[in-house]
Amino acid sequence: MPIPFPLPDPPTLYHPTPLLAELRANDPVTQVEFPDGKRAWLVTRYADVRTVMMDARFSRAAASSPDQPQMGLGALASESLIAKDPPEHTRLRRLVARAFTHRRVEELRPRVAEVVADLIAGLRKQPEPADLVENFSLPLPVQVICDLLGVPAGDRDRFHGWSDAVMGNWERDQAIMVGGFTELGRYFAELIAEKRAHPGDDLMTGLIAARDEHDKLTEEELVTLGIGLLIGGHETTANQINMFLLTLREHPDQLALLRSDPALLETGVEELMRFTQLGNSVSSMIRVTTEAVELSGVTIPAGAPVMPALGVANRDPAVFADPDRLDVTRADNPHIGFGAGAHHCLGAQLARMELQEALRGLLHGLPNLRIVADDADLVFKPTMIVRSLHTLPVAWS
Amino acid sequence: MTAQWQVSVDGFGCIGSGMCAASAPDFFELDGRGRSRALHEKIDPDERVLDAAVSCPVEAISLVDLATGEEVPLD
Repeated sequence: MPIPFPLPDPPTLYHPTPLLAELRANDPVTQVEFPDGKRAWLVTRYADVRTVMMDARFSRAAASSPDQPQMGLGALASESLIAKDPPEHTRLRRLVARAFTHRRVEELRPRVAEVVADLIAGLRKQPEPADLVENFSLPLPVQVICDLLGVPAGDRDRFHGWSDAVMGNWERDQAIMVGGFTELGRYFAELIAEKRAHPGDDLMTGLIAARDEHDKLTEEELVTLGIGLLIGGHETTANQINMFLLTLREHPDQLALLRSDPALLETGVEELMRFTQLGNSVSSMIRVTTEAVELSGVTIPAGAPVMPALGVANRDPAVFADPDRLDVTRADNPHIGFGAGAHHCLGAQLARMELQEALRGLLHGLPNLRIVADDADLVFKPTMIVRSLHTLPVAWS
Repeated sequence: MTAQWQVSVDGFGCIGSGMCAASAPDFFELDGRGRSRALHEKIDPDERVLDAAVSCPVEAISLVDLATGEEVPLD
């Protein structure tokens, strides 16, 4: 009997739903059934999840056809990076990859630290408690990705709602997602026309040149790439800042360690990436098999949708010692919080650096920072692929 | 005839994203520790390898043109 999907909500924000750990131990490659009767395979062990993400027999392009279970953006954006397989995918990705390498990201660090300092100064002027989402978590990554792309950060009120619409999960009305995507497409078409007339020193201008001068991508790919970078560049990071702080509140000893030693920010961010349950335990990045594949002794037939469950794979005791313990000093940490393989998060290095600078600013710049809401009072936006908070009230004095 | 390329991966810089091994599996693989290595030290110039090298998030892949001894430009 297939397991009904979505799985039951976990009793806490800080661990995957217990059923996933049970499956990882006893039934690591299992079938689930969506409300509409469609089925998929759910994969929960670290080694198998890595295989699903690394092995060419698991295709994102095949997963993005309209007859497959819809787990978000996929079929909506067939021209996007996440809907393509190598070598097509790599041709398109290399046009932007150089802007997100470790070296390039390190050049941006001082600017990001400056944005962090400005936002904290602004936050301190607010009466307490103030909302961290509006004053910090959201504007930080929005400012950074907007600078990089050449999108006016002042347009946030326009594009953020569309971005939320597109970041829907399997329960989100497809019409809302398509609507958000269409609006973003219109927005980017305008922006691109504007940049064609007045080129800037930014990534969108570079991509326009790659299209107009070297014919490296189509107009639709150009627009979709812009949308993907804008959404991917802020939504996850913004919510990860919130989830990191909430997770640290649950682990006062680890929070104290991070506060006492800024040198731990690097391993700390990696451990928080591993541990934090940004989404509801199961990745949306469904793949479809191009041929029959055996995983953990189970044969998945050709043409089958497969869901890699990153959140629980990151807690696999076969790979991580004491996996359900948060340890900001953990040294051996090959987590897959950014995925792996061809679709390894393009912005991973940027996100790491932003998260390090965000925590440096918040934990060291505001030593008494605390969240002043109980978990039960936190309101997450419904039907989102990531845990997205409306507000996060904080105090600091 | 075009000169061959020498492919190397900086094992210390590599973060094991799997980008190269997944996009160009004929040329790269991950070892037991999840670090990438080149399957062939010398290859005929190949667009797939260039794409993978350009796409590496930590710029750990380098290609050297064996005729000139110069690095193949990745930007």
